[in-house]
Amino acid sequence: MTATQRAFGSSVLRLEDPRLITGKGRFTDNLSRPGMAHMVVVRSPYAHALVKRVDASAAVGMPGVLAVYTGADMAAAGFGGIPCAWVVPDSDTRTPEHPPIAIDTVRYVGDAVAIVLAESEPQARDAAYAVDVDYETLGVVVNAKAATEDGAPLVHDDVPGNQCFHWTVSGGDVEAAFSEADVVVGETILNQRLIPTAMEPRAALADWDSSMESVTLWVTSQNPHIARFLLSLDTGIPEHKIRVVAPDVGGGFGSKIPHYPEDSMVIFASQKLDRPVKWTETRSENYLATIHGRDHVEEVEMAAKSDGTILGLRAKTWANLGAYLSTASTGVPTILHGLMLSGAYNIPAIHEDVYGVFTNTTPVDAYRGAGRPEATFMVERLVDLVARELSMDPVDIRRKNLIEPFTEGHEVATGLIYDTGNYEPALDQALEMFGYEEARKQQAEARAKGRLVGIGVVTYTEICGLGPSEVAGAVGFGGGLWESAIVRFHPSGKVHLMVGVSPHGQGEATTFAQIVSDQLGVATEDVEVIYGDTDQTPMGWGTYGSRTTPVASGAIMGAIEELKEKGIKIAAHLLEAAEADVEFHDGVFSVKGSREEGLSIQDIVLAANTAWNMPEGVDPGFEASSFFNPSNFVYPFGTHIAQVEVDPETGEIEFQRYVAVDDCGPIINPMIVEGQIHGGIVQGAAQVLWEGAHYDDDGNLLTGSLMDYAIPKAEFLPKFELGKTETPTPVNPLGVKGVGETGTIGSTPTVYNAVMDALAPLGVKQVHMPLTPERLWRAMREAQQGGN
Amino acid sequence: MQTAPFDYYRPDTVGEAVDLLTSVEGARPIAGGHSLLPAMKLRVANPAALVDLGRIPGLGEITRSGDSLMIGALATHAAVAASEVARADCPILSEVASHIGDPQVRNRGTIGGSLAHADPAADYPTLMRTIGATIHVTGPGGAERSISADDFFVDIFTTGLAAGELVTAVEVPVMRAGQGSAYVKHRHPASSYAVVGVAAIVTVDGGSCTAAAIGIGGVTGKPERAAAAEAALVGQAPTGDAIAAAAATVAGDLANPIGDLYASGEFRVHLASVLTKRALADAFGNASA
Repeated sequence: MTATQRAFGSSVLRLEDPRLITGKGRFTDNLSRPGMAHMVVVRSPYAHALVKRVDASAAVGMPGVLAVYTGADMAAAGFGGIPCAWVVPDSDTRTPEHPPIAIDTVRYVGDAVAIVLAESEPQARDAAYAVDVDYETLGVVVNAKAATEDGAPLVHDDVPGNQCFHWTVSGGDVEAAFSEADVVVGETILNQRLIPTAMEPRAALADWDSSMESVTLWVTSQNPHIARFLLSLDTGIPEHKIRVVAPDVGGGFGSKIPHYPEDSMVIFASQKLDRPVKWTETRSENYLATIHGRDHVEEVEMAAKSDGTILGLRAKTWANLGAYLSTASTGVPTILHGLMLSGAYNIPAIHEDVYGVFTNTTPVDAYRGAGRPEATFMVERLVDLVARELSMDPVDIRRKNLIEPFTEGHEVATGLIYDTGNYEPALDQALEMFGYEEARKQQAEARAKGRLVGIGVVTYTEICGLGPSEVAGAVGFGGGLWESAIVRFHPSGKVHLMVGVSPHGQGEATTFAQIVSDQLGVATEDVEVIYGDTDQTPMGWGTYGSRTTPVASGAIMGAIEELKEKGIKIAAHLLEAAEADVEFHDGVFSVKGSREEGLSIQDIVLAANTAWNMPEGVDPGFEASSFFNPSNFVYPFGTHIAQVEVDPETGEIEFQRYVAVDDCGPIINPMIVEGQIHGGIVQGAAQVLWEGAHYDDDGNLLTGSLMDYAIPKAEFLPKFELGKTETPTPVNPLGVKGVGETGTIGSTPTVYNAVMDALAPLGVKQVHMPLTPERLWRAMREAQQGGN
Repeated sequence: MQTAPFDYYRPDTVGEAVDLLTSVEGARPIAGGHSLLPAMKLRVANPAALVDLGRIPGLGEITRSGDSLMIGALATHAAVAASEVARADCPILSEVASHIGDPQVRNRGTIGGSLAHADPAADYPTLMRTIGATIHVTGPGGAERSISADDFFVDIFTTGLAAGELVTAVEVPVMRAGQGSAYVKHRHPASSYAVVGVAAIVTVDGGSCTAAAIGIGGVTGKPERAAAAEAALVGQAPTGDAIAAAAATVAGDLANPIGDLYASGEFRVHLASVLTKRALADAFGNASA
């Protein structure tokens, strides 16, 4: 970074990368403690069964085995159920008990029945195979809608109909909208279950200190402060006696938000053995015991006038929650989903009923986009169906219904107030980049030759930057959503920036250093961002919901502003000038007009730290702490366009082009933002084309490994063509919006609409995701036979 | 994630390896380990002992012998893909090898291991049945015998190898003037295995097809020959219509197709027909005059 180039807006190479790409990362499983024992979890092979007997007699005699414990042992030691942190209001939400180790009933394949502790991990694993468990199998239900039908097996005896909650959102006169409509379109969408598949599986290492009666837990977490808070609820250890450290974390995509049973198990085992205890899941375990995402059955309808004006949307959604409530399970298919059903459009009437349903499957929680890809998919799918019904171009119908530009808030029918938006410039830019008119001409020519070329267009907005804490409380989230930061200058002018958020791949160790550099004139390399350790960082609610930069930057800016003011006071004193005459630019405090005689920020920092000559009433040191509670969410937006071609013989899809124009406000690091958009697009496209978790009727996960569950390879994807517009938000000082999930939210309907456009000449209207070659082949065949 | 405990032997000769396999209870041979080790890690396979063939000298060579290529059982897929003699004398062999799995698989996996494992989704078995390969094996007491590919592949993970027998080499005929060849597959998006793979080797003389061999893998428990399609082509000019007509017959040679979550048996049969058409078009296209 040269002095003349602003750090803000530069593609500074990531400060954390040299370490990570040379194998020097420190992930939880890399850590070791003296005397450490190893834990392996014995898991149920049945989706629903009574646990009649756990016989560990053979296992305890095996080499290196220290102990085998059950759920009863944990309960006897005072460990309670795993808490759920989000209970949506205005509903009859039921929160059944979730023991960390099943006590008398297992409810999904992978549910824990015992833990084995041994000197080494291989010894523990060998012994785990020797634990003999007697099961009596019970009826199984895996599909959310089927689980609500009469006679379905009950996952929890105390939850009738398996219904966890019934939540509704309603705005405008939906009945009138549909009765006045010229056109009504609808379909049943199966937004299938996905497996997050972070590159690093979960791991946890607990070290109980019996002399201090405190514990340190190193864990793969996106939010160590939430982990500490929740652990204090079920372990019985007071919060100030718990230190949670998230060292390097290799991706999360939401799957490392929850407080998991294993986090408590290692603490329990460390207490029992009075030794450190480590557990690391295998990939097979990761697929069974780490949360899944999506899994909705959605019956959706849209009403419109014959000129394409959208009048209303209504939907009934069954959200599969899995066997137990994970940390944020109930908020994802409700608040983060139903409230976003206006999308980027003026839709005067909206109603959705959401039923949260228990099934004998792995718990479902937030996965990249978390509720919003499902919402955008619904809206964008319906808009395309209306366009098709009216023979309108998908661009024209969107342009007709887009919300007009707004800078001071726009309220939609669901009650949300979007912060800022200016949607048409992004649409125009995307059309220009794509060469839309020419592409449609080429498509017509290709169709005339029998080729199945499709183009999908989506104009989206989404809610992120979570969020105002008052709203968090109002919607049933069990915590706040503010952030804090400490900016601490050391005597030599080097900086520690401590934040409560916890990046795990997103690059804020660089982004935040750029903010400090840009504002205070120090080199980015001179700023070390410290995060992920509850003993070293101030309180914060973590990294998810594309909130890290929009919310934490508010706190960082608060501390920076305080330091600027303090610096001016000290500089005025040292320069013997009035404070009003001192200005601060590019790291130099000077009297206006005599910059060359000014003092660098390093001079001021040293003066403040030595405190030999401080102005009256100014404390020594050069450090500031700040808290930031945003006044609203932020709403990034954009237009995505994809082109595909379907092989009419095999159903194979060639993914040919992808243009994305996104607006996430002013961009701090374009390279990092592009990386976030790339990854997001891939995960959204992957839901459409390749990924899908599948259970059989007995609750066995048939896609239980990377040999069956298809996460995309680089060769499957085209080069992404990115553009941007920049519409700042007034919600935070830098005007920035989140970008971690926009790619996924935009790309899922875009790629889907492109494939359906390709098949339109055959009359195919719907194929369930993922769009495997066989499913397309069957749909094409049925359409040609006059079906579909 | 690790395997159950097992004993480990590393013989220096084929004879020693065969002795170990017959004398040690529950022993299994291992070469590249790319099929066996994952199964052992999942504890689907729990052999009491492994006999590691990897250090037996001389078993990985690829040489020309008369009108044949001899490929040692331990030749890795990467070595076959890069072999100058294979690329010159039997290009389809190198072609198939170069598209097996991914670089890691190709650097570890061996031709002998792939054939002995007899996975219906593997590429080599399909080619071997198409090309008319001979598999050379050594058994107890040093007894050597040769098994034709037609007899070698019996069913899913089942071969004509007797107890204690090891594959030592694979013999394939070199390509002759007038021959063209191609291998086309539909990969599974997760595993990269061939959901369906089709090999075609055709001979053209004076503008008409004089011989055709078509092998189809992934549809049934073992690689199949599309006999009806082969017969339909012989004596025909290789026009698009003739190819399509031949390809349309393959279902008749694919009884009892296997299916899974990704691709049903019905779809596999359909893919086999489409890929046969494409493989034949490629093969006729590169048949030398």
